[in-house]
Amino acid sequence: MNREDFPLLKEEIIYFDNSATSLKPKCVIDKMVDYYTNYPANAHRGDYDLSYKVDQEYEETRELVKDFIHARFLEEIIFTSGTTESLNMIVTGFFEELLEANDEVLITTSEHASNVLPWFRLANKKGIKVNYIPLDNNYYVTIDNLKKVITPKTKVISIAGITNVIGDIRPIKEICKLAHENNIFVILDGAQMVPHMKVDVEDLDVDFLAFSAHKMCGPTGVGVLYGKKELLEHLEPPILGGGMNESFDSPSEIYLKELPTRLEAGTRNIAGVIGFGETIKYLNKIGMERIHNYETDLRKYLIDKLLPLKHIDIINIESDSGIITFNVANVFSQDVAYYLNKYNVCVRAGNHCAKILKSSVGVNNTVRISLYFYNTYEEIDNLVELLSNYDKIVKEMI
Amino acid sequence: MTNEESRDIIMNNYLEPYHRNMPHDGYEKTNTRNVSCIDNINLYIKWKDDTIEDITFDGEACAISISSTSIMIKNLIGKTSKEALEYIKEFYKMTDGEPFNKDLLKDACCYEEISKQKGRKVCANLPLKGIEKAILEHLK
Repeated sequence: MNREDFPLLKEEIIYFDNSATSLKPKCVIDKMVDYYTNYPANAHRGDYDLSYKVDQEYEETRELVKDFIHARFLEEIIFTSGTTESLNMIVTGFFEELLEANDEVLITTSEHASNVLPWFRLANKKGIKVNYIPLDNNYYVTIDNLKKVITPKTKVISIAGITNVIGDIRPIKEICKLAHENNIFVILDGAQMVPHMKVDVEDLDVDFLAFSAHKMCGPTGVGVLYGKKELLEHLEPPILGGGMNESFDSPSEIYLKELPTRLEAGTRNIAGVIGFGETIKYLNKIGMERIHNYETDLRKYLIDKLLPLKHIDIINIESDSGIITFNVANVFSQDVAYYLNKYNVCVRAGNHCAKILKSSVGVNNTVRISLYFYNTYEEIDNLVELLSNYDKIVKEMI
Repeated sequence: MTNEESRDIIMNNYLEPYHRNMPHDGYEKTNTRNVSCIDNINLYIKWKDDTIEDITFDGEACAISISSTSIMIKNLIGKTSKEALEYIKEFYKMTDGEPFNKDLLKDACCYEEISKQKGRKVCANLPLKGIEKAILEHLK
């Protein structure tokens, strides 16, 4: 749906790599060009009309994001460069101070590198333990399995809402309930979830949420760090500089601004944030529920078409998101991607930044199709036709 | 070499690669991988003084990397370090689209057209980068 909004889709291209990044609608591109062309001033700095307009637009995005994820306060929305920066800020700015040696964090083997490496570093630095919630036969997280690994030392659960390889939708609300009964914080990596379904931080009761604009039709270099206000108050700013300080005279006299500005030092990606505001308006117009339902139907259609193909091994038949991961028998995933590229079909091959997942799934590398609302049944038909002929794949993979 | 001949050489070496998963006790190991993709190959080299007496390999990689490794191993066994480095230089010339010594590269000429495929040039070069690193290390 809404294909006419995307300039690239006028070309003969089938884009199935939406988990990596999404395409941008013209309204978002235009909004950023408008900023650069007509009011390219800095935010929070000037006493003139152009700068005032920048402030207005920039802060309107914060308002839009707040409503989009149903946060309680504007101060809970911090603009970052993306999910990776948001997660790193949470780990180093909040938990590094809070956690002590032998405290435990629970993650899973299917997390993205950005939700693994900051914890590994903290383990090396402070002696915390990184433990794993066991995945079930479908590589899902279950509440029963979570209960098995919670100990009195567990302080944080940090997991993706939807994982970028398996595509399973985690029971975040139930996880938060169990976690909070045990005085455990929950960090939600929403990179693959927020673009594809309604995420309500108040309803889920997550403590922190991280996501990126570029995976949801927005610009690159913009992300969000959400945190409950009472927690964010204790998050140490990772960067100090202009915009975030109130005054300073000496090392003992540094006064910082209130949230959210305190956590947004320096000149931010203003064009990106303003473009992101337009993105949210755009997604609201389509409706997140509609997007999720459409993707679920599209996925089911693709799975039904792939299942009869004996040479296709689907890793995640059961997931509910738009992510389908598979291998073609005896063909390396990158060769499959190369073959499809000959027909202008864009897919991702590899381990998808989930390098420790292989220990659970037993497969190092896969081909990943990741859908978005602008993909069509016809595109799926074209893909399936290309994948149906095994001999053709082998013949044309080099 | 026609496109069809090139294709046959690549596919034969991919489907039945030379010296893959062979014993390598006492061999010098070197790993070679592409940061931009997922190819990951271990090379095991046995030296007799300055001569490469044997090479085996294991790992995971695409058809181009695997076949290139297989062909390279066939062509480098028995060569001195200097001869091997000369071979590698000619290979890079070929994948850069420059004139090169076809007699020296033999079967490896099947990658002549790869200079036009930016994404796959790194795959063909992968084993060469690995063995080059190992030879330079050996010469230290």
